[in-house]
Amino acid sequence: MIVASRPFAPGRLIVHAVVGLIGLVLLFAPFLFHDFRAQEVAARICVFVVLVASYDLLIGYTGIVSFAHTMFFGLGAYGTAVALKGMGPSFAAILAGGLAGVAAALVLAFLIGLLSLRVKSIFFAMVTLAAASVMLVLASQLSNLTGGEDGLTYSVPHLFAPSMKFLTDADGHAVKLFGTALNGRLAVYYFVFVASLLLFLLMLRLVASPMGTVLEAIRENEMRAEAIGYRVVAYRTAIFCIAAVIAALAGVLRAVWLKYTGPDVALSFSIMVDILLMVVIGGMGTMIGSVIGVAVMTLAQFYLKDVMEAAASVTAAVPLLPKLFDPDRWLLWLGLLFILLVYFFPAGIAGTLMGKGKRR
Amino acid sequence: MIALSALLSRFGGVNLLPLVLAIIALPLIGSFSSWVTLTAAGLAMGMMIFLMASGLSLVFGLMDVLNFGHSAFISFGAFIAASVLAGLASWLHGGNPALNLAAILLAIAAATAFGALAGWFFERVIVRPVYRDHLRQILVTVGALIIAEQLILAIWGGSPVAVPRPAILSGSFVIGNATIEIYRVFAFILGLIVYGVLTLVLNRTRTGLLIRAGVENREMVEALGFRIDRLFIAVFMAGSALAAMGGAMWAGYQGLISGTIGSEMLILVFIVVIIGGLGSIEGSLLGAMLVGLLGNYVAFLLPKMSLASNMLLMMAVLLWRPYGLRPAVKR
Repeated sequence: MIVASRPFAPGRLIVHAVVGLIGLVLLFAPFLFHDFRAQEVAARICVFVVLVASYDLLIGYTGIVSFAHTMFFGLGAYGTAVALKGMGPSFAAILAGGLAGVAAALVLAFLIGLLSLRVKSIFFAMVTLAAASVMLVLASQLSNLTGGEDGLTYSVPHLFAPSMKFLTDADGHAVKLFGTALNGRLAVYYFVFVASLLLFLLMLRLVASPMGTVLEAIRENEMRAEAIGYRVVAYRTAIFCIAAVIAALAGVLRAVWLKYTGPDVALSFSIMVDILLMVVIGGMGTMIGSVIGVAVMTLAQFYLKDVMEAAASVTAAVPLLPKLFDPDRWLLWLGLLFILLVYFFPAGIAGTLMGKGKRR
Repeated sequence: MIALSALLSRFGGVNLLPLVLAIIALPLIGSFSSWVTLTAAGLAMGMMIFLMASGLSLVFGLMDVLNFGHSAFISFGAFIAASVLAGLASWLHGGNPALNLAAILLAIAAATAFGALAGWFFERVIVRPVYRDHLRQILVTVGALIIAEQLILAIWGGSPVAVPRPAILSGSFVIGNATIEIYRVFAFILGLIVYGVLTLVLNRTRTGLLIRAGVENREMVEALGFRIDRLFIAVFMAGSALAAMGGAMWAGYQGLISGTIGSEMLILVFIVVIIGGLGSIEGSLLGAMLVGLLGNYVAFLLPKMSLASNMLLMMAVLLWRPYGLRPAVKR
């Protein structure tokens, strides 16, 4: 057996080093950042890495364009939320609700996949977009179950509540380690972190497996893959279901962390846009690219607004320009960046650095 | 059984579906007058959706380009029409029906012209670099859609915009017990005219012949020495103009529009295009009628099921005919 020896590539090293660094920062995030907002960003990055990586399984590895990924994310989140609200804060509720959400996602993905994965990719994109929008309407209309536009607020099991203390000092306060209280908040962060890490490793294993190779073969040349004897429709449906289940699990994590689930955080089309941007920025078809994409995009969402505010005040005298630089219009500039990336760096940051862009 | 299906196809085959739907709906609704009102509303809505969908369908059929940014033209058409109508407010409320009509026609013309221009720009700048690459096409047009939506928010602001309706087209008339809004009749007639013109152009002119040939087999037409890409830009412009026209009509119909009007309609447009079959004008009309009628009937019978019903219709059609009811391309 001949193993292709990889030439030493500095790009690969950089990408892996950056991802490793991001991983380390996330691992120690509660001790590095004490303010609430930074921890929220860290937890958001953890969940979105899973979500974006699972989307990359579809768009990057298999070449399926789906717009229903937030739908599955939302199913997981809403399942957990409804169960926590209805059954009270217990792990049984998380388990039951999460399982129900995941099962719903699986069934729906299977149905959509069977129905439309056999036709053109473009057809599939349209069907998933329609399905996702119907789900969004359903979530806002079934308001006695989902809370409608307001969403659901609920409490999580005692272990995850800030009032839970692992070690108390003489005054009854939680013991602090490096300035961080050892309370339930720490527990829920590590729950999210470890679960995300496991899911991410699982996906890394998946793309390295023979199945991952078949998926890439389908992306490169569907006819040839079929001709070699792989059942393309079966593989596509399988990966669509797998991605849906992982997305739903990410939804469960999000619901447990936020203690709130509503259309804006779990189901809306803007999340789908975020996912798309993250995948493309990080690099389609590179699992670790999704980590970079999520980190860059999440930080940009906070950082870009400040830059635009400055630009708006500088150009205040010019007509229309301040409106374009309005902090609320940050999506405009990200959209522009997105188009430029797709044109000139279709392989994204990680893909370009690792030399995958020259594949064609 | 074979004789029956032969008889059916002689009388129009799948084209009878809207009729069948209307007949089934009659006993369910019960009252004849509300059935007439709903049917008129459904037909008018269908015509407006047809305007938006036909361009998308042709563009896809001819060049295999699916434009997710299509809804941007719908939104821009709607907002431009609203601005023109607001600017001509004095023409709208005077008693002069000619001025009334001139105002709405001017608004629609402005929207359509803008649609054509924007279509030209869009084709040149956004779509051209990514021909024959579906994945990047979808991504790039989605990016363009994001930008267009943000531009609308930047220009017209986030709050809903009211669309004034000319005096001559507001109100309704009564036949028997059924009330029919005049605007719906106007929308229906306009849609019918556009359909007629499109059919004439496609079936009776040399350009139309080339377009139909290109939809069927692009490479063969190119091999014969025709510049399909030049034809394509014309089709793209026409499609965008029609979308903007549909958006303008829809704005007048709704009376109040917000920045999400395009993406709301895009779902219906996609459903129509999928039901009708990509690349065919007749298919788009058929799909639009089905969606319009079903949407209105279900909104009356089971209000909460309205959007889901169209989704179910699409799934049923896809199971029955995976390429839509009247596809022009079988690829």
